[in-house]
Amino acid sequence: MNAGTLFNGYESEGFFDEMIGEDGQPRAAARLLAQEVASLRNGELQLRQQAAERALVQAGITFNVYSDNQGVEKVLPFDLIPRIVSSGEWSRLERGLRQRIQALNMFIADVYHRQKVIKDGIVPREIIESSKGFRLECMGLNPPRDVWCHIVGTDLVRHRDGQVYVLEDNLRCPSGVSYVLENRRLMKSLFPEVFSAAKIRPVSDYPLKLRDVLEFLAPDGTSSPRVVVLTPGRYNSAYFEHSFLAQQMGVELVEGSDLVVHEEFVWMRTTNGFERVDVIYRRLDDDFLDPKVFRADSMLGVPGLMDVYRAGNVALANAPGTGVADDKVVYAYVPRLIKYYLGEEAIIPNVPTYICAEPADLDYVLEHASELVIKAANESGGYGMLVGPHATAEQVAEFRGHVRANPRNYIAQPTLSLSRVPTVCGDHLEGRHVDLRPYILSGREIFVLPGGLTRVALRKGSLVVNSSQGGGTKDTWVLADSAHVETEKPGRQTHTDLPPIPGVPRSNSHA
Amino acid sequence: MLSRVADSIYWMSRNVERADNVARFIDVNLNLLLDLPEGYVQQWDPLVITTGDHELFEKRFGKPDQEKVIWFLTFDQENPNSILSCLHSARENARSVREIISTTMWEELNTFYLKVKAAAGTFDGSDRAYQFYPEVKRGSHLFQGATDSTLTRNEAWHFLEMGRMIERADKTSRILDVKYYFLLRSVAEVGSPFDELQWAAVLRSASAFEMYRKRHGRLAPAGITNFLLLDDQFPRAVRCCLDRARNSLHAITGTPLGSFQNNPERLFGQLCSDLAFTNVDEINAQGLHEYLDVLQEKMNLVGSGIYETFFTRKTPTTTRHRVRGGKEWQMQSASS
Repeated sequence: MNAGTLFNGYESEGFFDEMIGEDGQPRAAARLLAQEVASLRNGELQLRQQAAERALVQAGITFNVYSDNQGVEKVLPFDLIPRIVSSGEWSRLERGLRQRIQALNMFIADVYHRQKVIKDGIVPREIIESSKGFRLECMGLNPPRDVWCHIVGTDLVRHRDGQVYVLEDNLRCPSGVSYVLENRRLMKSLFPEVFSAAKIRPVSDYPLKLRDVLEFLAPDGTSSPRVVVLTPGRYNSAYFEHSFLAQQMGVELVEGSDLVVHEEFVWMRTTNGFERVDVIYRRLDDDFLDPKVFRADSMLGVPGLMDVYRAGNVALANAPGTGVADDKVVYAYVPRLIKYYLGEEAIIPNVPTYICAEPADLDYVLEHASELVIKAANESGGYGMLVGPHATAEQVAEFRGHVRANPRNYIAQPTLSLSRVPTVCGDHLEGRHVDLRPYILSGREIFVLPGGLTRVALRKGSLVVNSSQGGGTKDTWVLADSAHVETEKPGRQTHTDLPPIPGVPRSNSHA
Repeated sequence: MLSRVADSIYWMSRNVERADNVARFIDVNLNLLLDLPEGYVQQWDPLVITTGDHELFEKRFGKPDQEKVIWFLTFDQENPNSILSCLHSARENARSVREIISTTMWEELNTFYLKVKAAAGTFDGSDRAYQFYPEVKRGSHLFQGATDSTLTRNEAWHFLEMGRMIERADKTSRILDVKYYFLLRSVAEVGSPFDELQWAAVLRSASAFEMYRKRHGRLAPAGITNFLLLDDQFPRAVRCCLDRARNSLHAITGTPLGSFQNNPERLFGQLCSDLAFTNVDEINAQGLHEYLDVLQEKMNLVGSGIYETFFTRKTPTTTRHRVRGGKEWQMQSASS
């Protein structure tokens, strides 16, 4: 018994640490977990970490990097030590996210109808119309129940000062929620002791909530609507998630070629003829949805789908055109949009952002390029980005050229010091930088899943959390206060059809 | 059920069954080698011939020997019917219907594939092969056990069952055919201890040895043909497999047994009646090998009938009538 060795020499190194406070002691919300981790026998933590990795391979929770016919399959690395969010902090984040989604939904509706936001001079017309996500084809569209962005993942980061900022909004097809559910399942088998003692809010009802939202969108008069998930196919890197969500919701997973438009309805091809489809949760970008309206070379979509959608005979989630609000430049205007539509200050602030399209900001950015993070609009996965302080003089000069050539396409932000969470590194723990993506569903009401995907930059010192660039994930525990009676308990909420994690004893778990 | 999904489930199941049977082929040959009387040379040609891929083999490897044949049938990714290729396809099929099958089934299949893939990396042609093939059979049994105990007996299950049974019927008929290609040195050896050993090996590779003993006792070619082809209770016998496949087909369509509404139902009906109302004498009069050839051809026809009826992507033409049947509208008419 060598209690506490895991934390020996653990240093916050001046960063905000989500688990350990400035006094070097675990924060109140993390105390139970810290005790549990510190009391583990030598080597036990690595054993559990290995068990987690084995379980992921066995469950085939992998994404594909196709280079030859058998492909290279990678497991998204998973780290054992969760990020813990106190109930007080969460309730503020939850309010902030609701507010943001409400304003964004109003903004999208406005963009495609009266465009008051432009006429009132809040966002310049060129910014909106040059946004890659803006779809002229969507002008005048009336999505069912007036909801545009049904499923949103908003990326949050915490800076050295302890303040949480919105880093970006994902309003098209945000992915990752399957990892939230699977990570939780893993954690419950790996740390049953903590789950029985701590009040951790459950995430497992997400698929049901999602199904409710989707059914809510069904055309009038469909008493028990047929909902499907539309995937680009099994070569898509998020295919696991598409199939996982369909399975967990108990709905059909379809590819574009399974669907056909005929006489103003969408049908799917079954062994028993054709059956009508009412709601499509599409995990396909606007561009590929309907070759008759968007990209003509799309083989993944359904010709004629948009006609059926316009006629109100099928619902799409998210609505086409929502990408206009997920542009990195439009992002910079969101606090003003919240003020404009709701008359409120943003509860969760944006990262201070320079808009290169505005001359004063452009001058500042060009001058201070080596201190800033400069991002191209409409790029994701950590590409099209310059991290000034980590870049060479040539890289900075090159990027300056890009910005000068096309200022509209760039924003810049100060370099943030993302907060850190202890992370398993061999036989001990070290701090690694994280962000957090909560998931928000909008249907009859706005629901914020109490949890989210904590992405972690596994490389020492790295700030890039994307899975394509050495990132991994962690479970996110939102603690309940006394008002929330519903919490995770091992054995109670477990899915009985899922196997135990090999190599993990469950003996001491049952209180 | 989506046509694409039915197609994937059917082939997932056929591919696992195929991998299982290829392992049986090799296993039986390896065991025969151990009993080889003095003066006999190893025979690896029959194996390649009965799997039907001898042209591909010859083109790539020339004359068969143990190491080449084992590699070709087990790990060769260029051979679409090698164990590894079958499991790779099965797993890709499963991946595309992961929301239809149970998590347990997926995990068994995934683990099964990963094991065989790992074995491919360490293959050295040594005697460890003797332990490997029983492992492959076990992997297939685990998958089937998981299927039997976790999958609802719905349409998906019937497509799975149909695929598995058609594949198994085909492979049992080929196992029986292997004996045809095994050479004895002279007619005098018919009925010799080595001849008997070969027959026992044939039975063993269909896991039929013990069940055969209970039913027929002495090893005799007629009894063995009868058991592997015409038995209606032994789960690897061709007739038993085809009966089960036909029953699943009728469960899918709702057509009463004894009648037909589509081509595969008609062909199945003929095939099953033939097996039910023939006997070994009649088969031997035609010649066993010739009878099996015709049988395999008919089974192939059933297979393409199933493809035509259920898996092709049709497009709607007219809507002769639409029924608003409580839950969803059904459009009845379709054409290829």
